[in-house]
Amino acid sequence: MTTTDPASRPSRLPRLADGTAPVLAVLAVLLVALAFAGPAYSEPAGYLALLKRAAPLMILAIGQYFVIVSGGFDLSVGSLVTAEVVIAARLIDGDEAATLWVIPFVLGFGALVGLVNGLITTRLLVPSFIVTLGMLLVLDGAVFLWTGGSPRGALSEAFRTIGREGFDVPLLGQVPWSVLLLAALVAAAVLFMRGGTGRMLVAIGDNETAVRLGGGHVERLRTLAFVLSGLSAAVAAILLGGFAGVSAQVGDGLEFRVITAVVLGGVVLGGGRGSVVAAMAGALTLEALFSLLNLLGISGGLESAVQGVIIIAAVAYAASGRSVFRTRKGTS
Amino acid sequence: MSVTGLTVESPVVRLCGIGKRFLGNQVLRDVDLDLHAGEVHALVGENGAGKSTLMKVLAGVHQPDEGTIEVDGVRRTFASPREAQSAGISIVHQEFNLLGDRSVAENVHLGREPVRWGRVDRRRMEAETERLLDWLGERGISPRTQVRRLPVAQQQVVEIVKALATDARVLAMDEPTAALADHEVELLYDLVRRLRERNIAILYVSHRLREVFDLSQRITVLKDGELVTVRPTRELTSDQLVRHMVGRPLDAYFPDRARPADLGDVRLAVRGGGNARVHGIDLRLRAGEIVGLAGLQGAGRSAVARAVCGAEPFTEGTVELDGTPARIRSPRAAVRRGVAYVTEDRKGEGLALRQSVRDNALLVRRAAFGRGRGLRRLDLGELLRSVTLVARGPDQEVRLLSGGNQQKVVLAKWLAVEPKVLVVDEPTRGIDVGAKKAVYDLLRGLAGQGVAILLISSELPELIGMSDRVLVMYDGRIAGELPAGPSEEAVMALATGHALEAA
Amino acid sequence: MSVAVEPGVRPQWTRLGNPVAAVYGALVLLLVLGSVLVAMRGGVLLDQGGILNILTRSTALGLVAIGQTMVILTGKLDLSVAYLIGLCSLIGAETMAGDPGMILPAVLLTLACAAGVGLLNGLVVAKLKVNAFIATLGTALIIRGYLENGYTGPSGQVPRVFQHLGYDRIGPVPVSALLMLALAGLAWWFLARTRPGYHLYAVGGDEEVARFSGIRTDRVVITAHVLCSVAAGLAGLFLASRLGSGAPWVGTDAGYDLESIAAVVLGGTLLAGGRGGVAGTIGGVLILATLDTTFDELGVTPFFKDVVRGVVLIVAVALYARRRMRR
Repeated sequence: MTTTDPASRPSRLPRLADGTAPVLAVLAVLLVALAFAGPAYSEPAGYLALLKRAAPLMILAIGQYFVIVSGGFDLSVGSLVTAEVVIAARLIDGDEAATLWVIPFVLGFGALVGLVNGLITTRLLVPSFIVTLGMLLVLDGAVFLWTGGSPRGALSEAFRTIGREGFDVPLLGQVPWSVLLLAALVAAAVLFMRGGTGRMLVAIGDNETAVRLGGGHVERLRTLAFVLSGLSAAVAAILLGGFAGVSAQVGDGLEFRVITAVVLGGVVLGGGRGSVVAAMAGALTLEALFSLLNLLGISGGLESAVQGVIIIAAVAYAASGRSVFRTRKGTS
Repeated sequence: MSVTGLTVESPVVRLCGIGKRFLGNQVLRDVDLDLHAGEVHALVGENGAGKSTLMKVLAGVHQPDEGTIEVDGVRRTFASPREAQSAGISIVHQEFNLLGDRSVAENVHLGREPVRWGRVDRRRMEAETERLLDWLGERGISPRTQVRRLPVAQQQVVEIVKALATDARVLAMDEPTAALADHEVELLYDLVRRLRERNIAILYVSHRLREVFDLSQRITVLKDGELVTVRPTRELTSDQLVRHMVGRPLDAYFPDRARPADLGDVRLAVRGGGNARVHGIDLRLRAGEIVGLAGLQGAGRSAVARAVCGAEPFTEGTVELDGTPARIRSPRAAVRRGVAYVTEDRKGEGLALRQSVRDNALLVRRAAFGRGRGLRRLDLGELLRSVTLVARGPDQEVRLLSGGNQQKVVLAKWLAVEPKVLVVDEPTRGIDVGAKKAVYDLLRGLAGQGVAILLISSELPELIGMSDRVLVMYDGRIAGELPAGPSEEAVMALATGHALEAA
Repeated sequence: MSVAVEPGVRPQWTRLGNPVAAVYGALVLLLVLGSVLVAMRGGVLLDQGGILNILTRSTALGLVAIGQTMVILTGKLDLSVAYLIGLCSLIGAETMAGDPGMILPAVLLTLACAAGVGLLNGLVVAKLKVNAFIATLGTALIIRGYLENGYTGPSGQVPRVFQHLGYDRIGPVPVSALLMLALAGLAWWFLARTRPGYHLYAVGGDEEVARFSGIRTDRVVITAHVLCSVAAGLAGLFLASRLGSGAPWVGTDAGYDLESIAAVVLGGTLLAGGRGGVAGTIGGVLILATLDTTFDELGVTPFFKDVVRGVVLIVAVALYARRRMRR
C-alpha cells in the first residue's frame, strides 16, 4: 500500500502560495535598488520610513484581499477612507478627550459600511462591483453633505500620533507606531488566513458550490470579507489622517491603487487564488517602486504609466502560466 | 438491403473499422456503423461502452486512429465539427448549446446569420426558422421567443433545429431525453418520427430500452468499445437486448458483503419523500449496510441523493435519522446531523481544485463545524493514510492529483466529520482500476464501522458487486427492490421500465 | 413589418430590451416627480432651459456610455475611457490649433488615436487573457502618466466653427445631443441588425457556446473595445468644442469611467454581458441627467446627488436581479 509520507508531517514553514514568489523577487530587487539609489536607504530608518508610507496601502490590501479572494470587488474603500478622516475630524474637532470614543466609532463605521456592502451583495444578488460603486457614490455625497462641502474640524494630537509618531528602539532608531500596528495586523492576517475561516474564504472563491454542499455559510463568510475590508479602510484612514492630515482628497483613487497592489501580488480577480502576504507584498512593491522612481527623479506622470505597464504585464504573465489549466467556465 | 420495409440503396454515412485510443486506452476497436436516410439507428451499451466516443468521431469532434468514414460513398475526414457539419452531419448535444437571452431564430443561426445589404436579414432568419419548425410540424414555438422562456422540451427542439439549419442529413442525438420530463418525451418521439419521415438519418444514443424499441429500426450494441451486434429492432426482444449489453462476468475485486449479524439499527429512514423531481420515496438504511440505488440517467437517483443531503430538499414526507425526526432543509443541516454527500460532479461540486489537499480535506469540518467543535481531534496524516491517498504532501494542489486521488480527497473531507450516513454518487467515475478497488475497500470498511451507505452508480457490475440490497428507480420513483447479488438483467428490467410493461 | 402577435408572445420591443420599458417608465416618472417638486418651489423643470440642461448633460456621458455598452455586452468593461476622453480632447484641440481647415484632420487623428487605444485594450484582453478590469485600468494609468507628464492645464484651441458643434441648438435641443442620439441609433442598428452586433451578444451570453458555433470570439472582443474607445474619442471632441480647448482632466473630473458603467447598468444591461442594449443605456443616461438637473433646480447641494445616484444604482440593479430570478 502506498503511504503519504510527508503528508503526516505538518509543515512549520509558512507556505508560499503560487504566484507569491515573483512579487517577492521583484520586491527584493526594488529594495536593493533603493539602497543604491538613495543614501537614506543605507540605514534601517530609510526602510522604516518606506514602511510607514506604505502601511495604509498594505493594510487596505489586507482587506481588499479578503474580498477579492472570495470572488468579489470592493470599490468603496477609497471614499470610505476619505469619509472616515472627515468624520473623525468633524467629531473630534480638536478636542483631545473625544479621541477615545471617536476611534472605536470610526472602526465601527467602517465595519458597518462593509456589512451593508456584504449584505446587499449576498442577499440581493447585486454584483459586488455595482454595490461598492454605489456605496462609493453614497459615501462621497453623504459625507460632504454632512460637513457642508469642505471638511471642517481638526484631528486631535492623540489621534494623529499613530500615523505620525514613533517610539525609540535601540539599533533601529525611531520605529513609527504605524509600522508596529502594521506588523500586528500582518501577523493577525496571516494567522487568520491559516485558520479555518480564512481557508473557507479562499475555498468560496474557488468553488462556492463545494463549500455550500459541505455545509458552509457562504453568504455569511462573503459578508465577513466585506466587513473586514471596511475595517481595513477605517484603520488606513486613522493612519492617513495622522500622516497627512484632514483633506477631502485623502482617499482619492485608493480603491484602484489597492486593487492594483493586490493583483500585483498574484491574487487572481474572481477569487480562489493567492495569499495575503503576497497581496501586502504587492502593496509594498508599489510603494517601493514609487519611492525609487522619485529618487531617480522621475516625475509623477511616468510613475502612473509605469504602474499601468507593470500591472498589465504581471497579470498577463500570470495568465500565460495558468491558461494551460483553464477549465470550462460555469462550473460553479 | 431491406430495412424494416424501407428499401435503401446505399447508406448516407458508413463508418468502417473505427478504432480510437485515449492516452493508450483503447476505447473503440474495429467498429462498423452505417446510417441510412430515413432510419433511426439506436446505439446502445453500458456506460463506458464507447457510445459517445463513436458519436463524436462521426461528428468530427474526435478523429479516429483507425478506420474510415464515407459520406455518400466518398471517403472523408473531419478535422472539426464544422467540417462534419458542412458534410451534412450535425450533433444534438445533451447539454444545450444555446444562448438563453437570444431568440429562437438567433440561436438557430448563431454564427451563420444571413446578411443582406450589410444587415442581418432577420426576416429571412425568422422565415427560415419558421420553415424548419413547420417542416418538423412544431407549431407552438415562435422564432422570436427568447430561448430562456421556453420549456426544456422546446429548447431541445431549438437545439435540433439549430443542428438541422446547416442542411443536416444526419443527426446524432446524445441521450436526448435525459433532460426531459415524461410528457415531454412523447413530444420528442413525435419529432424524431417526423425527422425520419423527412429522410433524415438519425443516430440515437440512449440508455433507455423503451425509447430504443419505440423509435429505432436498427440497433447497434457496443460493449467495451467493441461491436457486439447490429440487428433490425423487430428481430430483438428487450430481454435479448439486455443480454447483449451486459452478461459480462462480475469482476472479482469487490470486498465481502455484510453479514446479517453486522447490520445495526436503521440510521436513515425516508417515508413518502417527494419533491419536484421524485415522488413517494421510501428508503431505510441500516448501520453497516451498503444500499445500491440503480436507475438510468434522469430516473431520479441523484435527485434522491440531493434531497437526502439537503441540496434540493424533500418537500413531502418525513426523514428520520437514528430514529429521531429530522428536518433537513439545507446542506448545512444535513452535514451537521451526520449526512455526507459525495457528489457525482467531483470537480464542479466536490473540490476546490486550486486549494491544497489539506484545505480540501478539512473543508467540511471547517465549513460546517467551525473548528471541529463536537468532533474528535483530527490527525490529518492519519486521515489521509486511511484513504490511501498518494500525493506529494498535504500542501499539493488538488487539481494536480489524478482522478482517483481527487476522489480519495473528497472521501477524506467527509470522513473528517465522522458521518453516520454516507451518500456516494458515481464514486468511481473516471478513475482507474486500482483506485476503484481502494474506494470499494474504503466504503466497505466504513460500513463495517457502522456507517450506512447509499451507493449510486451507473456501472451495474459495481453496483451489484458492492450492494447488500439494490433499489431500482424508474421515472422518479422506486420501481423495486432486489436482494444482494441480483442479475444485471433483473436490474435493467426494472430500470428500463421493461418489468412494468411486462406486468 | 407585419408582426402577428400570437397569444403569449409579447411584441418585439418589450421583449428585446426587457427592462427598457421600465427604464423609460422610471424616466417619465422621474420627470413628473421632478416637475412637481420644482413647481412647488415656483419653478418649471421642463422649460427650454431645463430641457437644454438635461440634454447637454446627457451628451458627453451618452457618448461614452454608448461605447461602454458594447464592451459590457461582451462581458468586459472599460475603465480607461475617462483618461482617454481627456487625451482625445487635447489631441483634437492641439491639432486644430484654432485653424478651421484643420478640423477634419484633427477629428480623424483623434479618432484614430482612440481606436488605437481600443485596439490595445482589446488585444490585451483577448490575446493575453488579462482580465478586462486590470487591462483597462493599466491603460488608464498609462494615459494618465502621459497626461500628468505633458500637461498642467488646458491646451490647444478649437476654432470658432467647431465650437458651434457644442453650442448650436434647434429650439431647446442642442445639435450635439441630436448627434449623440444619432450615434445611439447607429449603435442600436449595429447591435440589433448586423452580424458583428449579434456576435457581441453571443460572446457576452456564453463565450463557449459562441466559439462552438464558429464565432471568432477574440475579434468580437477587440471590436467592442475599439468601438468603445472611439465613442470616448467622440466625447473628448465634444467636450473640447464646449470648452474651446483640450483639458487633460475633463474626463476624470466628471468620473466618466464609473459613471458610464453606472449608466449602462442602470439601463438594464447585465454587467456580466449578453443582455441589454443601447436604448436602455440612453434611458439610464437621461435618468442621471434628470436627477442632476432636478436637484440643481431645487437648489439641493451637489453632494446629495451622489447619494441619490448611488442608491438608485443599487436599487435598480437589485430589482433587475429579482426580475431575472423570477423568470
